[in-house]
Amino acid sequence: MMITAKIEVLNMKELQLKDLYDGFRDPEVIKGFAKLIEEEAKKLSHPINIMEVCGGHTHSIMKFGLPQLLPENINFIHGPGCPVCIMPKERIDHAYILADQEDTILVTLGDMIKVPGSRGSLQDIRAKGADVRFIYSPLDILKIAEEYPDKKIIFFAIGFETTTPMTTALIDIVLKRQIKNIFFHINHVTVPEVMVELIDSRDEHIDSYNNRIDAFLGPSHVSVITGSKIYEKFPKEHNRPVVVSGFEPVDVMEAILMIVKQFNEGRCELEIEYKRLVTYGGNLKAQALIENYFEKASLFKWRGLGNIPDSGYKLRPQFADIDAEKIYADILPNEEIEDHKLCICGDILRGMAKPDECTIFGTACKPQSPLGSCMVSSEGACAAYYKYGNLLK
Amino acid sequence: MNKQITLAMGNGGEENNELINKIFYKAFKNDILEKSEDAAVIHDGALAFSTDSFTVSPLFFPGGDIGKLAICGTCNDLAMMGAKPKYLTCSFIIEEGFSIHELEKIVRSMKKELAKNGAVIVGGDTKVVPNGCVDKIFINTTGIGEIQKKGISSNTISSDDVILVSRDLGRHGATIFAAREGIELSSKLESDCASLTHHVQALIDAGVEITALRDATRGGVSAVLNEWAKQSNICIEVQEDSIPVSQEVYGVCELLGFEAVNLANEGTFVLAIKKSFLKKAFEVLHSFENSENAVKIADVSYEYVGKVVLLSSYGTKRFLDTPTGELLPRIC
Repeated sequence: MMITAKIEVLNMKELQLKDLYDGFRDPEVIKGFAKLIEEEAKKLSHPINIMEVCGGHTHSIMKFGLPQLLPENINFIHGPGCPVCIMPKERIDHAYILADQEDTILVTLGDMIKVPGSRGSLQDIRAKGADVRFIYSPLDILKIAEEYPDKKIIFFAIGFETTTPMTTALIDIVLKRQIKNIFFHINHVTVPEVMVELIDSRDEHIDSYNNRIDAFLGPSHVSVITGSKIYEKFPKEHNRPVVVSGFEPVDVMEAILMIVKQFNEGRCELEIEYKRLVTYGGNLKAQALIENYFEKASLFKWRGLGNIPDSGYKLRPQFADIDAEKIYADILPNEEIEDHKLCICGDILRGMAKPDECTIFGTACKPQSPLGSCMVSSEGACAAYYKYGNLLK
Repeated sequence: MNKQITLAMGNGGEENNELINKIFYKAFKNDILEKSEDAAVIHDGALAFSTDSFTVSPLFFPGGDIGKLAICGTCNDLAMMGAKPKYLTCSFIIEEGFSIHELEKIVRSMKKELAKNGAVIVGGDTKVVPNGCVDKIFINTTGIGEIQKKGISSNTISSDDVILVSRDLGRHGATIFAAREGIELSSKLESDCASLTHHVQALIDAGVEITALRDATRGGVSAVLNEWAKQSNICIEVQEDSIPVSQEVYGVCELLGFEAVNLANEGTFVLAIKKSFLKKAFEVLHSFENSENAVKIADVSYEYVGKVVLLSSYGTKRFLDTPTGELLPRIC
């Protein structure tokens, strides 16, 4: 009887978007995991700090209020994985200056346009008359370039491994079709290097954080591109377990349970929670595209964290003709700009401090007028704290 | 505040409020204005008076156009004060080169919507400006309505009230966003753009004890609830899983990282009514096609005064804040 009824329901109903994620937001499943984690956490010999590397995870954790469901001995450390937050003022100034050039349209992704550099944000220069646009997919730039053949379209490309292949796909088309009015300012960064930096910093005055991060929650979408292989070294060489997790609350809760179990069972491994899409090898075609057009920049400066070796991409030298950093080298400044003195974003990103421990949090530094990197995008730890607020533990 | 006007200052959220408070309220301060209602209540409470300007791109969108919007917008603001829209004026600022055919289409849809409201245009103004000075056409409408029920105010909501929304949220915002950005949707998503005069009249006629009404335009339902929480010194506790959102809107939100409660609506209103009238209110609302799914979404308490709290079905809570900044999609 039951089975027949169920089949009828399925036949009657078309598959809807909601069906795809509903199970991953099921209140009973979330509560079930909370219970299992609680039981398992009782056996922990010491409290554990889990860093969610990705801003998307920070956002999910805050939006769904997951810390409220976890026992006292499990803490989140909000990592540096927000491409907008980590963009240093120097590079935002580049975008600002490029946007200000005559006959130029500066194009970038989403909330990048809100972030202030030392001269202002892209929103500010747009208010002064510059043509600044945001797009969803880099391929949308092709349409803009076609519509404005007499203008230079400069793509201020940002993002982690997730958005990098989309930029290279555009480069691929631009070169193959010999489109002459699209240029690139590349600011793509990579996850593993900053994780190493957070564990093994050579910076003396922050030495004490060394043991704060006990385990990592790896972002699933990065691994869809790169495969889980990029995290292999963390359990092996750095003694930190990594669980690659999806972004839905059930995903995150399951990943946490997997991490806690590793500690209780004396294991230190790389595990995949997001088995529905992540493989060991990842998307090989995307990786080949990246390899074809990009090489690692020896240093990339991260807002709040400083210079990190091999953590960013740049265009290979043979593509200098489309490289805005080379074409506009004369007008793009290179001097270092200090982060705001009172800002403790570096400490927050390293797990040394929580956003509300910052003296300017919510006073001088707000989402509408951010001073530090973690407040600038909705995915930054401070912005998430500000938005979802003090009901959280 | 920023030294220049930014797009964020027109978002219906925090920056918008700051601009209004620091520039306009400061200059124009008076008792009526400071009530900060959808429409000003004048003439010893007999009349409601409101104005609104309209600019939308594209001008014609699924479910409506700028003309329909211009009439619904002002009439709905009047209706939200319990008033029946009577007399409207309209002003057009038109860009040189604009098509007469399109202008006629816009005016026709204004006429149709006026008829629905039982209101008339009694005055107007036309300006034509050189190419590039406005984006095609801007319309302002100003209206006067006769108040049918006195005392509706967003300053007097209490724990005796419950909070309802008239239908699923975010349709207009999602439709415009999808149309503007060329996001192709395989399903049919339409703006909720509609006049609410008859809904309000029917609620009044049925004797529903209405405390406050507001149409959830820019800034969406979260802006309305936050304004109410502050104006009435209450805490609004929203049950997250009771918030109605259509599949299509949810899809756009999931894709771009938006929340339906922050998206604009043009024919959806939030109601605060006395608890004991809940059943009656549903009877009335469910008899209209575009509010047949009206639901209760929140209760009122005093736990966090001035705040809106979102309660999840698995036992967590968080604040639902006034939206800030320009509506921008998340990156990853």
